[in-house]
Amino acid sequence: MKNNLKAWAYLLPALLFLGIFTIYPLIDVVVYSFEEGYNFASQTYTGTGLYNFSYVLRDPYFTQALKNTFIIVIITVPLSTGLALLIALGLSKIPRLKNLFQTVYFLPYVTNTLAVGLAFMILFKKTAYSDGMVNLLINAFGGDSVDFIGGPYWAKMLVMCIYTIWIVLPFKILILTSALASVSDTYYKAARVDGTRGFRIFTRITLPMIAPMIFYLVITGFIGAFKAYSDEVALFGTDLNAAGMNTIVGYVYDMLYGNSGGYPSFASAAAIILFAIVFTITCINLLLSKRSRLF
Amino acid sequence: MKVVLEHLTKKFPNRNKKVGGFVVAVNDFSFEIPDGKMIGLLGPSGCGKSTTLNLICGLEKPTEGKIYFGDDDITGLPPEDRGVGLVFQNYALYPHLTVEQNIMFPLGNLRGDKKLTKEEMKAKALEAAKLVQIDGLMERKPNELSGGQQQRVAIARALVKMPNVLLLDEPLSNLDARLRLQTREELRRIQKETGITTVFVTHDQEEAMSISDMIVVMKDGVIEQIGKPQEVYDEPANLFVAKFLGTPAINVFEGKIEDGKLFIGSDRVLDVKGPADGDVCVAIRPEGFVVSEHGNFCCRLIAREVMGRDSSIVAANDSFIGQTFRAIISSETVVDTSADEIRFDLKPAKVFLFDRNTEERIPFSV
Repeated sequence: MKNNLKAWAYLLPALLFLGIFTIYPLIDVVVYSFEEGYNFASQTYTGTGLYNFSYVLRDPYFTQALKNTFIIVIITVPLSTGLALLIALGLSKIPRLKNLFQTVYFLPYVTNTLAVGLAFMILFKKTAYSDGMVNLLINAFGGDSVDFIGGPYWAKMLVMCIYTIWIVLPFKILILTSALASVSDTYYKAARVDGTRGFRIFTRITLPMIAPMIFYLVITGFIGAFKAYSDEVALFGTDLNAAGMNTIVGYVYDMLYGNSGGYPSFASAAAIILFAIVFTITCINLLLSKRSRLF
Repeated sequence: MKVVLEHLTKKFPNRNKKVGGFVVAVNDFSFEIPDGKMIGLLGPSGCGKSTTLNLICGLEKPTEGKIYFGDDDITGLPPEDRGVGLVFQNYALYPHLTVEQNIMFPLGNLRGDKKLTKEEMKAKALEAAKLVQIDGLMERKPNELSGGQQQRVAIARALVKMPNVLLLDEPLSNLDARLRLQTREELRRIQKETGITTVFVTHDQEEAMSISDMIVVMKDGVIEQIGKPQEVYDEPANLFVAKFLGTPAINVFEGKIEDGKLFIGSDRVLDVKGPADGDVCVAIRPEGFVVSEHGNFCCRLIAREVMGRDSSIVAANDSFIGQTFRAIISSETVVDTSADEIRFDLKPAKVFLFDRNTEERIPFSV
């Protein structure tokens, strides 16, 4: 009992901070989401119920944001993980210049999101003076210019996905190169003595051995992509609804502080919906990774 | 299948780039391994024994020299075309596969007309598992097995393709003492049953002596001596081999020969015929001492250690190279432990003379 007390005393500072800054606000968000027309200034609300949720779910801006978010998640998470795996495999195969390439690939990670956004503008944005570098390339091959930033939806989504993949790639490469390096060389030697071909070594030895890391990257990748917002702002500015490129987090932000802001109840309801989605997907991911627990 | 190594040399570029040049891991290694025999490569760490194993296996390419399996020159062949089975020191079992899948793994690599059906693979895996007596553990994962069981799986995996040559890298070093005894008998049994030419690497002389048909003692990439274990023990070619074999280690004294008499210090310990007069190294096996009241060899008694079956006398002598030496005597021998002095007679067969400079053996007769 005495020991118990001591343990709780040690935990107290962390619990206090977590309670005040994480748990209490979380509960508050849940409460707001059921209070209709909550007002921060007067701390009043007009009623309770599920109205906030039904409003948000019927709001075309929200359904657009939901659609955008899902497209980004479904395209970027598998693609970025697969690409990162390919690059990490390549890196592990070249003994020379490995460090140089590792640094090059890691640069986007230490670069500010907005700075990367600027670089993408130069590549993709159509201005009065230039159509952007990508369009110059397209023109060179005889194609017509596409307005990637202010044009059709698929063009904007394409740039968005390339941007997102580019931003998340370095971290995944880093994790996967170290995962590959941690696979003991003797497994490969044993496989070589048995005459195992490269592809079989990859699918039967390398992949299962680094599977825990891949699962980790997929789970955190899903969570990160669902919470995307700043990347969209870097490319399309703060008025994401007008650009049709809003995300769920962006919608929450707009409902709180944006031009149409001042609706904490709707913002809370949207946040709770996002939480439910992320929670469900993460649970499915964890279940899948547990079921295929390899060793 | 017999294995012939011809003038095998392996050089590695020096790690320290400033020094440059090469490190010679294996130097002009020539040796013929007879068909169906078990050979122990023995030597201290860094003597090139593992490199030799890797050369036979094909994981390393020799800088010079040739390797033959039977009459076929396989020097240029990759490991998979040589028909070798290799058991790694840490077993290298795939942790995500079951025992059965591990054993079947090499069979899954077969292509063309050698390709096996799932049933054939399972049957072969079971056969190999039965040979090493792990057929009851087929569904387990490696981390659910003890060290000894893991090793059996590794051996089964190496044997499942019925290799021409089985190679074992430090097969017993990851096992505890009791298991080591059991496993080495197992290894011997499996080798006898399959009749596969087997080469294993070890730094443990007891391990090598107990199960090999022949041992190869190596030092700095060079063969020091090849022979049947007992022969090498009884007739060491040089001081290194004499020192390397036997526990407790052989005792080396400074001595000299005058008129066919061997002296250690001022004690005239043996009459020897043959060698010329001069300074020599005298190496005496611990079991070469006989406690005797009127013995020729006089030493200071330090302690008597009782070990049950026999006991060891710890003694000192000014001519001994080192601090104290050990003599193994039967535990029935009465020794006055209160005395400062102890006298020995020497068994001539357990005494070896070596040249002080070349450390080569000097033969003598009594």
